[in-house]
Amino acid sequence: MEQIGKRKIDGMWLTVVGIAVLFFLILPTLIVIPMSFSGASFLEFPPTSLSLRWYAAYFNSPEWMSATQTSLIVAVMTTVIATPLGSLCAYGLHCSTPRIRNSVQALVIIPIVVPVILIAVGVFSLYAKLGLNYTLTGLVIAHTAIALPFVIVTVMSGLKNYDFDQELAARSLGASRAMALWTITVPQVKFSIQTGAFLAFITSLDEVVISMLISGGDNATITRRMFNSLRDQLDPTIAAISTCLIIVSITVLIGVQLIGRRKNIDK
Amino acid sequence: MSTSVQSLPIVLSRLCKAYGSVKALDNVSLNIAAGEFLTLLGPSGSGKTTLLMALAGFVRPDYGSILFGDREMITTPPNKRGLGMVFQSYALFPFMTVAENIAYPLKIRGLSKSDQKMRTEHALDTVELDGYGDRRISQLSGGQRQRVALARAMVFEPQIILMDEPLSALDKKLREHMQIELKALHQKLDATVVYVTHDQREALTMSDRIAVVNHGRIEQVETPERLYRQPNSFFVADFIGESVSLPVEVSNKKAHLNGRVLKSDLPISEGHGGHRLVIRPELLEVILGEIPETANDFSGHVYDIIYQGDSILVIVQHESLGQINVRVPANRAGQKGLPSQGERIGLALHPEDTIIVPEHGS
Amino acid sequence: MSSAEDNTRARSLQNASTLKSEEYRERMTLFGLSLPAVLAILIVVFLPIFWLSSLSFYNAAGALSMENYERIFKSALYRRTFVVTFQISISVTVICVLLGYPLCYWLTKLSDRTAAILMVFVLVPFWTSVLVRTYAWLVLLQRNGIINSTLMSFGIIEEPLQLAHNLTGSIIGMVHIMLPFLILPLYATMRNIDTDLIRAAIGLGSSPRGAFWRVFFPMSLPGLFAGIVLVFILSLGFYVTPALLGGGRVQMLAQRIESTITVYSNWGAASALGVVLLLLALVMIWLMNRVFGLDKLFMR
Repeated sequence: MEQIGKRKIDGMWLTVVGIAVLFFLILPTLIVIPMSFSGASFLEFPPTSLSLRWYAAYFNSPEWMSATQTSLIVAVMTTVIATPLGSLCAYGLHCSTPRIRNSVQALVIIPIVVPVILIAVGVFSLYAKLGLNYTLTGLVIAHTAIALPFVIVTVMSGLKNYDFDQELAARSLGASRAMALWTITVPQVKFSIQTGAFLAFITSLDEVVISMLISGGDNATITRRMFNSLRDQLDPTIAAISTCLIIVSITVLIGVQLIGRRKNIDK
Repeated sequence: MSTSVQSLPIVLSRLCKAYGSVKALDNVSLNIAAGEFLTLLGPSGSGKTTLLMALAGFVRPDYGSILFGDREMITTPPNKRGLGMVFQSYALFPFMTVAENIAYPLKIRGLSKSDQKMRTEHALDTVELDGYGDRRISQLSGGQRQRVALARAMVFEPQIILMDEPLSALDKKLREHMQIELKALHQKLDATVVYVTHDQREALTMSDRIAVVNHGRIEQVETPERLYRQPNSFFVADFIGESVSLPVEVSNKKAHLNGRVLKSDLPISEGHGGHRLVIRPELLEVILGEIPETANDFSGHVYDIIYQGDSILVIVQHESLGQINVRVPANRAGQKGLPSQGERIGLALHPEDTIIVPEHGS
Repeated sequence: MSSAEDNTRARSLQNASTLKSEEYRERMTLFGLSLPAVLAILIVVFLPIFWLSSLSFYNAAGALSMENYERIFKSALYRRTFVVTFQISISVTVICVLLGYPLCYWLTKLSDRTAAILMVFVLVPFWTSVLVRTYAWLVLLQRNGIINSTLMSFGIIEEPLQLAHNLTGSIIGMVHIMLPFLILPLYATMRNIDTDLIRAAIGLGSSPRGAFWRVFFPMSLPGLFAGIVLVFILSLGFYVTPALLGGGRVQMLAQRIESTITVYSNWGAASALGVVLLLLALVMIWLMNRVFGLDKLFMR
């Protein structure tokens, strides 16, 4: 009896801690959403009156709009470039000898864990020589380079779970290598490619440190403007912007989950 | 699908393929006759799959020649070799229906929609899956998937069909059923078939000839019966069928065991190392009286009797040679006069069954 | 017969050279597919970092020297930066383990479906911008923020606590950002632990608590270790959250590197700091690769 009682207490203790940690994770993430609808001229929670004034402030500000536009253009361009380049790279590596594959794979994964500040300072000094600082091109190139590892890693793990004999079968049945890749392999790793594309988009959209150094003027990204604004004061407009960013992230997350589910059903 | 198809002979010469210091193919030469069912049999890692992949064009050898008929194919890409292939995993396309899978090679070849439909239906009919065209691959059983893979590999009437352990994923009963069916299908199709397996019984059941592969080399190519009765190396003798082997001395083309000459009608193959006598349990005869002069005497005492349903395995303890196994049929004839445990048992090995092989083939 | 033999040999030889060139061409094609992506990463990520690293070995006069390193190790300011960086990184890692391990363990005891739904609570923050989350913490932790007002209304404190713009705020914010990085590899490892083993251990006479420590915990260690290393590496070089929640009072390595360049234009000192940070990160990456395998961590 004593044993069972002790186990129950153990279990309860665990449940309480588990739920507390989950709330610690989710509440601060979502708290800006109700705050963004506040009618007061300063930040308050819970909001005493509701209004859309901070959304109006956001959508009517030319600076914020231009920054949003820059961020979206860069994120879309990054996705459009990084997704095919990363997918091709993953395919090339997948078909290479294990020695080449392993060493290049390590090279490709390292940027994910190298401190971003080092990449940022490096890119900044490289761009100073090339005159790419404060340009859209520069931003897209830098974001493509840091988004590529995510695309490569996702597509490679997709290829790993794919029965590669299918591509060989297609070739034995008369398809050229390119055709087998396009008609048989691509449709089956489509989900990984889409996930990689989502990751590339989010990586670019949410990137702060590199953008802070290499973007500016007319081409400042929204994260750069948010960072600078937060350094000075707590502008409630940011709550409205943050809510928009959260909606984008959650939409992407749902997209990825739905893809994963459909893939499981097919199996 | 009127059979205007003509099967093609295959000539492999001096094929070599090395992965680092490992020789996956070591100077392999092999002639396969038109319309033949040839099996590549060997343990895993022996190079049999590498050889099949070289035939298919997925493994690029370092050296050698591959002729289909009189056309050199070794540098031809897989899609231009025009052969059908069945993979171990079946490699069916899961996002297509059964009919779409089978029509894939026809679509690639630019056949008209109506031709595609007609041939697909005929192929489904051939593998007894008519009416399954609209099913998804995930709705099929293992045996049905296997038939779809087969239909897809032959729908475009290839002159050569390659199969890589196609039955290994099926359970024993279905596998044995499919063996017979595949053999019948081969006769109907009139294509040259190269079949890879590690299952010796499967190879013996299906093949016109069997090539035993080991360490990237072909040890022996023979019909199933001759391969079984006259192996040319210890590896082949040991790999195929059950056996007990004993080292023997060979001098003047005569084998000696314990100083006594072994009476054998079979030729002794050349090779390296010493020689061994191979005793297959079902080739020993239980003799109730005297062992005849013409046979070799392996009499001993019964150590154990194991009932195995279709047969009885008797383990015999021989004074100087150790344990020897004898298999007798589990019918009345086999059991008649079988001594019980501990008693003496007379065993004869006749000269036509006395197999003597070199330790390593030439 | 021998002329046919000669014929085969000649053809085999000719084939050998064709095969060799084809093999080479195929390898080059595959390499070519990977090349644009690999080049982009090399040029944008690796090349500038190596170039910057080389700067650290030159003094202001442009001669080879270790001056920059001597300075960063002698100066009290830089030493303070290192101490603060390690203090924060270690605290963040320890707190993440204390919060993350019980959560993951609890999740493994739930049904797959419930656990998958609860994982959304981990994934939503993980996918949400670091800036957005840091902003939320700035609001929560400010003098008249919700945390202070709640504590005061319950009478636990009389004066508002200084939670933001200092070390405490930085640590709280960073724990929130880093926790998913600990949870994801740890949870993946725990899910793969065969629960039959635990039941077997209990069946063999272990108490549930003993079975946990002797069987489950050791088997969860690879995932825990991967999570710890990941959190520690990312914390060492973290910029955004301490910069905002520290309010300029907390200077970790990343901010020091940034300010050394943008405020003081001292590239030599900044790159020396960068090299130290890079070496620390590489040692961690190497360790993680030894224990868990980088590819296993990032590819399922």
